[in-house]
Amino acid sequence: MTPRILLAFVAALCVTGCSAKQAATAPTGISPQQMADALHAVMESDRAIYTKKVVNRLQNEENVIKASEHWKDEQALPLPAQMFRMGAEMVAEKDAGFTYSLLSPWPVNKQNKPKTPLETEGVGKVVESGGNFYGEETLGDQAYFTAIYPDTAVAPACVTCHNEHKDSPRTDFNIGDVMGAVVIRIPVDS
Amino acid sequence: MVTTAALIGLGITAFRGDQRTALLPGATTHGHYQIELSCESCHTAAFTSADEMQQACVDCHGEELSVSEDSHPKSKFTDPRNASRVARLDARYCVTCHTEHRPEATATMGLSLPDDYCYQCHLDVADERPTHEGLGFDTCADAGCHNFHDNRALYEDFLVAHSLETANHPIATVLTRSSLAEADAPPVLVDAPPDGWTGSAHHLEGTLCADCHDAASPTDAGWIEDVPPAKCADCHEQQVTGFGTGRHGMRWAADLSPMTAGEARLPMRNEAADRQLDCSTCHTSHRYDTEVAAVDACLGCHDDEHSRAYATSPHAELWWGEVSGVLPEGSGVSCATCHLPRVASGDRVRVQHNQNDNLRPNEKMIRSVCVNCHGVGFSIDALADRALVLGNFDAAPGVHVESITMATGRLSERERTE
Repeated sequence: MTPRILLAFVAALCVTGCSAKQAATAPTGISPQQMADALHAVMESDRAIYTKKVVNRLQNEENVIKASEHWKDEQALPLPAQMFRMGAEMVAEKDAGFTYSLLSPWPVNKQNKPKTPLETEGVGKVVESGGNFYGEETLGDQAYFTAIYPDTAVAPACVTCHNEHKDSPRTDFNIGDVMGAVVIRIPVDS
Repeated sequence: MVTTAALIGLGITAFRGDQRTALLPGATTHGHYQIELSCESCHTAAFTSADEMQQACVDCHGEELSVSEDSHPKSKFTDPRNASRVARLDARYCVTCHTEHRPEATATMGLSLPDDYCYQCHLDVADERPTHEGLGFDTCADAGCHNFHDNRALYEDFLVAHSLETANHPIATVLTRSSLAEADAPPVLVDAPPDGWTGSAHHLEGTLCADCHDAASPTDAGWIEDVPPAKCADCHEQQVTGFGTGRHGMRWAADLSPMTAGEARLPMRNEAADRQLDCSTCHTSHRYDTEVAAVDACLGCHDDEHSRAYATSPHAELWWGEVSGVLPEGSGVSCATCHLPRVASGDRVRVQHNQNDNLRPNEKMIRSVCVNCHGVGFSIDALADRALVLGNFDAAPGVHVESITMATGRLSERERTE
């Protein structure tokens, strides 16, 4: 099976709701890295679309509605990063066989700073190089295949929000900068 | 332990009603004692697994946690990157902090951990917030500071946004209830309402005897004399759901006999001891007078210090003024104003009939109730003053919580640094 077909198969699994853990261990031979890359392709695309076509358009271009960290209180749009995290939390509740998170060396919330040794190494490398990073780590009693992808500023909304946020430790972001990293973990046999 | 579990498992199926009292391994908390003989409510199987037990918690409390935007959801702890934290405090499971049947180790809010548990993950809090240097971890959850689950009225930006408010707003903004008829009632027409019915909300909206009592007349075999909450739910589903979630209706919701005032752990009036709780207990049959339900019904049973102090409180003075027509609608504060708050959803405003929803910890009352009339800082201080709560807010707060000062101070310091 060619990689393209494999990726299509993984994407189909995602669409049909089949357990990602099953996909990782199915006899079709899909590797954890292929699965993580496929998942990231979906995440990155959805995130870019929400950022550009919803938040940036309605807030920055058409002045229809603002996006806010306190979106519920202020009857505003959730920030793209919040949208992403809410999805990650919902996936976590489903015990879907993988988890993902959004980290940064310059997080608005310090809880989102790289913490595990592999996160620290991988996020540092993807921010520096703009390329992907893969590795394995054991957290608790479980081994994980961990994939780390650069998270790039794709619209003015990204950089203005972070540059102006009172808790942002870095305020000189430009569009195209790697602002953080998406971390996907897939449990594997140790 | 296995033997104990097996005996309990056998007991759940073999014992019924009060016989099950012998199976209780220890007194239950205030939150659960009403349904402690409905073992299946929590122990959904003879050998309930941790996940099954957790699901039982979620089945009853999940919606509330979701609405409150739980600050520490399970998903935070199932994230592998927090595995080291879970090893110290397994917050994936409610029972880690809220173990039942251990009264000797259980404090307020059903907390069965030492109350300095926050240090497990937030030991370095003072690094980012110097104002917290030296504060004991047993003070984190003091009134007005932090709440493990619900911080909607306590988060930093909210405190800063409301930092300049005075004690009392010039105009109270208690929401006006939407008409239940418009919201819930089926389109029933009536030919001639019976005597004594005239003027009631049901009469005015065309609800017939049979709509509640099932049969067409009292002589019919299908006539239901005492209308159960489930029947009311035909039209008032949201209200009855709330009733069944709070302590007034949780026994009914668990298919046990209705709660009576005499079974309450709070002080109740002796003459109310046998009073069973259903919709009509507070709303009174046929009249359905919301003014009665808002105060008189409550004080007809509740006999604690806070309730007894209501009649002479400033809140009551406003309520009597509104009821008598001297003060405008929405300016009075009844028991229901605070404990059965009005909740806006879309273009509807309904009454939350779970009177426990915003009661513990009492900071949950700030956003749902207090801020309609008072500044946030004043509200935090008032709710933190235990004596003031008991006296039904009969004076100015004698306690000052530093949270707003800390929040604005941190912002000022940041601006100064920049």
